[in-house]
Amino acid sequence: MSNEHIVRSFAHELERLSNLITQMGGVAEAQVDAAVKAVARRDVALAAQVMQADLRIDAYERDIDAEAVRLLALRQPLAQDLREIVSALKIASDLERIGDYASNIAKRSLALAQVPVVRPAVAIPRMGRLVESIMKDVLDAYIERDVQRAIAAWERDEELDDLYTSLFREVLTYMMEDPRNITPCTHLLFMAKNLERIGDHATNIAETIHYLVVGTTLRAARPKNDGSSFAVVEPGGSVMDAVTEAVERGLPRDGGPDNDGAGHAA
Amino acid sequence: MSVQTHIPATAMASRPAAGIHGTKMVARDVKVFYGAKQALKGINLEIQENRVMALIGPSGCGKSTFLRCLNRMNDTIENCRVEGLIALDGEDVYGKNIDAVQLRARVGMVFQKPNPFPKSIYDNIAYGPRIHGIASHRDEMDEIVQTSLQRAGLWNEVKDRLREPGTGLSGGQQQRLCIARAIAVSPEVILMDEPCSALDPIATAHIEELIDELRENYTIVIVTHNMQQAARVSQKTAFFHLGDMVECDDTEEIFTNPRDERTQGYITGRYG
Repeated sequence: MSNEHIVRSFAHELERLSNLITQMGGVAEAQVDAAVKAVARRDVALAAQVMQADLRIDAYERDIDAEAVRLLALRQPLAQDLREIVSALKIASDLERIGDYASNIAKRSLALAQVPVVRPAVAIPRMGRLVESIMKDVLDAYIERDVQRAIAAWERDEELDDLYTSLFREVLTYMMEDPRNITPCTHLLFMAKNLERIGDHATNIAETIHYLVVGTTLRAARPKNDGSSFAVVEPGGSVMDAVTEAVERGLPRDGGPDNDGAGHAA
Repeated sequence: MSVQTHIPATAMASRPAAGIHGTKMVARDVKVFYGAKQALKGINLEIQENRVMALIGPSGCGKSTFLRCLNRMNDTIENCRVEGLIALDGEDVYGKNIDAVQLRARVGMVFQKPNPFPKSIYDNIAYGPRIHGIASHRDEMDEIVQTSLQRAGLWNEVKDRLREPGTGLSGGQQQRLCIARAIAVSPEVILMDEPCSALDPIATAHIEELIDELRENYTIVIVTHNMQQAARVSQKTAFFHLGDMVECDDTEEIFTNPRDERTQGYITGRYG
């Protein structure tokens, strides 16, 4: 059976919607990349650019929402077409959040650039590379409607959680070493958390792709290895022991520091 | 007209007892021929009690033919031959002990174009109960007429002009009059063949609201070309294609995630 719509204008509109998502995804990807670069290079101008460009992502989301609502009202889509439009709405909202996190990282990089370099800062580009490659895989999976690729990317969120947890522990030790590290290290923690959240939104998108293509939700539980919520550091105590113990007790592993407007606090 | 009822042994064995699992009607391997042309190629379907089943599919796919088998309307068509089993409450509707007229009182029908009799509104409703000898007194008949019109959501609009001709009503009112007429003989199942295709959106909304209310007391099977209507009014949807029943599932499943490519192609308007 041909996959062509009898009403060709509808097919074109769906294609346009899908293209908007792809473009928005590209912009979000670039924003994350630039934000991480701004941190690594202590590049204030680049950070300002990222914060400015977040408006573009918001505009994309508004366009996609409007187009999706218009299609729902005028075309009364069903089955695959319906899932296409619902997925566009969900993905746009995930991408918008990703944009916000990228912008927040850029904002915090301004604060970080005002104080001497702290050593754990090198972990940010490392997390950034992983997040970017997950995002790239997820967006490619969207373009190709490739469920396997989406699932593979979805599973890699685990690595990101591991990285985040280890960074969290490391940063705590630096703060204990010298109270002057507390300000930059706190910003680093929020940045790392932002990257970890970006990874979560990317896995949301992977789940949406599964729904879009297969028609059912991804049943398995999402890998979640973020143990930072349990991390405590006491002089002489082992952080890892505390985390391992908490995990073994089977406590729910979720949550962590939330974002706030403390980007400029230096 | 010739009606054959070769019931395969397996079909008899799987015939459900009345009421169990709320199955109202069952079709097993139903084949219909118009002369040499085969219109249905072995349909298996269960129709559940107090639910609305929508039959969808392109023109000529056999959905109306199937609908008409359920109350033996095909009996009236020359050269039409029906094979397989159709059971109402576990009883073969083509069986020797079944009288087709009695059957149609139990399995009523509403057609695409409203077709009120050229009589008064009152007599349109009273006609069925009268020929079936349902009402013995004038008062009783008045009550049947009123209840039927109330159930069809038409009473308030016509109560002051029951003696006026039914043909003087608007299209939507006429269709509700036909539904009231079908209800008047207390059927168990109501078959509807594109009941809204000649109506405007408001009249359609009235009928759809009515279908939803009627579901409490009746089992409804509706043929419709309007996908959104099938989605709105039914709990189960069956997709017919070229004389086959391709897929039958919960309406929600059919319209969000159909299993068969042909269903998907049809409901989303793609070349099939």
